[in-house]
Amino acid sequence: MKDLIKAFSHNKAALGGLLFLVVIAIAAVAAPLIYPHSPWQMVGAPFQPPLSGPHLFGTDMLGRDIAAGILYGARVSFLIGIVSTAVALSIGITVGALAGYLGGLVDDALMRVTEFFQTIPSLIFAIVIVAIMSPSILSIVIAIAIVSWPPVARLVRAEFMSLRHREFVEASRVLGVPGWRIMAFDILPNAMAPVIVTASLMVATAILMESGLSFLGLGDPNLISWGYQIGAARTMIRTAWWMSFFPGVAIIITVLCLNLVGEGLNDALNPRIVRRRKA
Amino acid sequence: MDRLNFIAGRLVKGALIVLAIAIMNFFIVRLAPGDPVSVLAGQSGAMDQDYMDELRQRFGLDQPLIVQLWIYLQNLFQGDLGTSYRQGRAVLSVILERLPATLLLTISAAIISVILGVVAGSLAARRRGTWWDTLISSLALLFYATPLFWIGLMAILLFSLVLGWFPAFGMVSPEKEYTGIMHILDVLHHLVLPMTVLGLFYMAVYARLTRASMLEVSEMDFVRTARAKGLPEGYITRRHILRNALLPVITFAGIQAGHLIGGTVLVETVFGWPGVGRLAFDSLLQRDYSVLLGIFLITSIMVVIANIITDVVYTFVDPRIEVKQ
Repeated sequence: MKDLIKAFSHNKAALGGLLFLVVIAIAAVAAPLIYPHSPWQMVGAPFQPPLSGPHLFGTDMLGRDIAAGILYGARVSFLIGIVSTAVALSIGITVGALAGYLGGLVDDALMRVTEFFQTIPSLIFAIVIVAIMSPSILSIVIAIAIVSWPPVARLVRAEFMSLRHREFVEASRVLGVPGWRIMAFDILPNAMAPVIVTASLMVATAILMESGLSFLGLGDPNLISWGYQIGAARTMIRTAWWMSFFPGVAIIITVLCLNLVGEGLNDALNPRIVRRRKA
Repeated sequence: MDRLNFIAGRLVKGALIVLAIAIMNFFIVRLAPGDPVSVLAGQSGAMDQDYMDELRQRFGLDQPLIVQLWIYLQNLFQGDLGTSYRQGRAVLSVILERLPATLLLTISAAIISVILGVVAGSLAARRRGTWWDTLISSLALLFYATPLFWIGLMAILLFSLVLGWFPAFGMVSPEKEYTGIMHILDVLHHLVLPMTVLGLFYMAVYARLTRASMLEVSEMDFVRTARAKGLPEGYITRRHILRNALLPVITFAGIQAGHLIGGTVLVETVFGWPGVGRLAFDSLLQRDYSVLLGIFLITSIMVVIANIITDVVYTFVDPRIEVKQ
């Protein structure tokens, strides 16, 4: 663990990404303190360009503050990104662990299902799910989780397959420890390293997908989000570029930072690179 | 012969996946809250009784679920994907007339992103540590984090509205009735922005993948052997490193086919490109869910076909498979 933190902290890009994410997260949590009014509320004249008066990033066609929308939107992005990743991880880990540990027919069947979910076009599948369940935080989380678990399952399966015949696992089995305990407490902790790396990249992908869904009008109608802001500004690009510009920058910075952190974790956890660094 | 067997196996597998998608399509509608007929007719309350009765009849909704599924699959295999409530026409023909525009967009975006991505990635790998590498790697990282629809809007702002180089909307200039070569040039002129925007993300993916993969392969023993034999560096890069480094790129191109087709929904919506993606957005707005489900099925079939093609291409590129013959 110490080695991990040391390796990670040597990676300046990853560290910078992490720092930025913390700042964005604090701003998201503190949104009601910075902008006490609702982001849906009209606070000024419509179509105010950035830096005019009190509105840092300008106002939209109804005189709503773009910056306030971005801060409140950060909450939605983080919430959906983290929750849907957590759900996808639990599906992926369960499927992958069962397939890798039990092998045989169970493995075959579960892998066919995984392949199937990997084949179908994910964004269109997510659109269908959200449209038919009608848009809400819940349906968006379900849709993103359903399309993003397969890579986790494959990863966990591979780890379980290589670990299930190791001595410490055999030892537990001889002692009569039930299978689920072996999977959860002996193998899983040793298989977590690649899963953690994937998880940080999945949060980034989930945020991108959520923005795409709400850009298409499939966001939760009660919550402002970055994708919604850009979608609402789409037809007004000629008159008010700032309406779509700034929420997009917010998405890029967040996703970029998550990717940098993911890469930093990968380098820190990847034994090959660590060895090379020590040599 | 081996290859024929392999292709046949992949076709059977692809057909099974399509069947599974069809069955899932059937259950999605039935899992949705409320009567499947009112879901398909769009829950907007604007449906008429005749249409709903016709739907009930067609799906055999008074029958047990398994019979309903059988009826649904029978209809599918006769090419009947239902009727678009808004357009009053068969879903299949509504989708098929939009397909050429989407194929033009996706295939050109796929080609340009693979070519430019591989070129940029190998350039970065060969000049590792130089400013070329830094520039290409940073741009790839940036585009990898950028939402397609946002970059599309910014491209319209810069290249259409400010500079006026490319049209912002549609596939042809409606005010000019071009024919022949002028028509083709007009379409290509409209194609540049959406194709580039759709391709940028994948360009970034392929550039990163090619770079990482080339650096990995270039440290392998057979490359050292080739160097020890005194082969020229350019030859080693082309014949030994790049050929092996391309394998993960090809695998990934197959996996990305589904994402690429999903991306058309966003890009076609931004650019008003008259393809299947824009149709998906319009049917969302109009709650024309028979069309949406039809698009899901058709695009899934396209992905299955794309995967079979990449698998076959793989057998031609993988040097290990060549040895076997």
